[in-house]
Amino acid sequence: MEEFIAGWTARHGTGRDGLLPLLHAIQAEAGHIDDALVPAIARALNLSRADVHGVITFYHDFRRTAPGRHVVKLCRAESCQARGGAAMEAAAARRLGVAMGETRADGQVALEPVYCLGLCAIGPNALVDGRPVARIDAAALDRIAAEVAA
Amino acid sequence: MKVYVSRDMASVALGADDVARAFADAGCDVVRTGSRGLFSIEPLVEVETDEGRIGYGPVTPVDAAAVLARTHPARLGPVEQLPFFAAQQRFTFARCGIIDPLSLAEYGAHGGWQGLETARAQSPQAVVDAVKASGLRGRGGAGFPTGIKWQTVLDASASPKYIVCNADEGDSGTFADRMLMEGDPFCLIEGMAIAAHAVGAAHGYIYIRSEYPFAIRTMRAAIEASAHLVAPFTLEVREGAGAYVCGEETALLDSIEGKRGQVRAKPPLPALKGLFGQPTVINNVLSLAAVPFILADGADAYAAVGFGRSRGTMPVQLAGNVKHGGLYEIGFGITLGELVNDIGGGTASGRPVRAVQVGGPLGAYFPPSMFHLPFDYEAFAQAGGLIGHAGITVFDDSVDMAHMARFAMEFCAVESCGKCTPCRIGSTRGVEIMDRIIDARDGAPVRAKAADGGYLGKALYSRAPDRVDVSPDAQTALLRDLADTMKYGSLCALGGFTPYPVLSALDHFPEDFGASAPVKEAAE
Repeated sequence: MEEFIAGWTARHGTGRDGLLPLLHAIQAEAGHIDDALVPAIARALNLSRADVHGVITFYHDFRRTAPGRHVVKLCRAESCQARGGAAMEAAAARRLGVAMGETRADGQVALEPVYCLGLCAIGPNALVDGRPVARIDAAALDRIAAEVAA
Repeated sequence: MKVYVSRDMASVALGADDVARAFADAGCDVVRTGSRGLFSIEPLVEVETDEGRIGYGPVTPVDAAAVLARTHPARLGPVEQLPFFAAQQRFTFARCGIIDPLSLAEYGAHGGWQGLETARAQSPQAVVDAVKASGLRGRGGAGFPTGIKWQTVLDASASPKYIVCNADEGDSGTFADRMLMEGDPFCLIEGMAIAAHAVGAAHGYIYIRSEYPFAIRTMRAAIEASAHLVAPFTLEVREGAGAYVCGEETALLDSIEGKRGQVRAKPPLPALKGLFGQPTVINNVLSLAAVPFILADGADAYAAVGFGRSRGTMPVQLAGNVKHGGLYEIGFGITLGELVNDIGGGTASGRPVRAVQVGGPLGAYFPPSMFHLPFDYEAFAQAGGLIGHAGITVFDDSVDMAHMARFAMEFCAVESCGKCTPCRIGSTRGVEIMDRIIDARDGAPVRAKAADGGYLGKALYSRAPDRVDVSPDAQTALLRDLADTMKYGSLCALGGFTPYPVLSALDHFPEDFGASAPVKEAAE
């Protein structure tokens, strides 16, 4: 990953405002941002390790450990709640065998909260490996469970 | 045959990609547009005929043959003549759902770039004056006059200056920014280029939340396609990383600078010391996207519509448990009841409407008895609420308002940036108070042993849980006190406005809080 960081700064520069784009790029490349990379990121942008650590841990999107092979992000916000989101959240946890905010022990699937996908009139909504799914009901959960079993 | 299918994220979530593929396989020339904005008819297919574009929806891939034979029962006729669309006043969303969002030719053919041409033929001061005369107010929620903000940046002597578009649309129940960026991205780019000319900026940023991958992709493509038309002004997209508080303008600026998205104390105003400490115009997507119309059609045409000091149109978003949810752009002044009942058609579940939340997670809950309220910044403020980004989330009678109040506190605790104490600590204490209220209401066994007497007796404030008075009356008094501290003591709207949903739920639905006070509206 050291070369990846060097290549990125060669293209985009070493300004501090590049930190979020660089973190996004690392996560897109490696799936997560390992703590072991923090010193290299800090050196590349001339920041302190504490500064980089602070930014990584501030934002919900940045992961410090590898995610599940599949990620189901289920919306917990008000508009989805108004359409039965809480019941679907409980059903999804049962159906996928993993609690909200956790990765299943076998590493196959993670169920994560998201606060609004902007599909607020057709909830409850989810992102399944980045693909938007609306009007989630029991049948949709079955399809999602089959999809993430692969 | 030419057919139109939306590529909007909501349409895709309902299966529009499969529908588009089926029509392409049937030999059609498929144009992917933005969404028209009514989701109960999505996925929508519009077929080009001699009588214009005829809509069919909702349709599935297997319906392609019947639609092309014009025998499908889901025939809607011309979409713009449907009741949901006929009465709208689409100033900002005029092209959304109609054109291919990334076609420069179609954007130009539908009136695009006229606002920028008009602006560039005028002095910066004349452009700022036009925006002032239009009465346009910040559509992000605060409602600050856009022209006055621009004037401050124009008058600032420091250089360089920046244009920043706040596209961190985190409020639940809102999706207008997303729809515009996916359905008419050049409109936003044109608005930002006009702002750049007006204040003398050379570079702009669009900060889009990571939950909107479609919008990020479309905006990046649109920026590339239109670079030669807005030059020398340059633009780039910055992607958020899942922090709601970055929708607060100063937190957003810190996030672009590569820092934790923490709120700055104001003053200094971002207009004078904003991004990288330089004068910065920071506006919401809808504010900037309203500007091309104002320049092209004139400030008077925009200001002619509206109510009181709220001029122009508002793209209202009907969301949650509503039958006809979607985007409804209309002049200010329409009542809440008209929006929810007449246009939205009541709840999707068919049960009675019990509450609506206006303005996202920081907006107040209103009962149907307040549906006479006109959509207007001042009227909502007077009624103890806010318009915010004009999202309306509808709830039916199965909603537990104490639970929603608890959620408001929980959300604030999850998303607090941590800089100020009332928000960081207050939100967690708020969740604890709501848990005690809900437990007492439900007759759950008291979590901590209730002390009787002791040398201080039962107290509102105590570090020892067994000495706290857990009666609903005592806890609601404590909740009001906490809300007061959060409202007046927080640095930004996250902590400062979380009391709106909490206290409005308590005031309008006391029965859900186990209140001993008589219920205002007796059940029929």
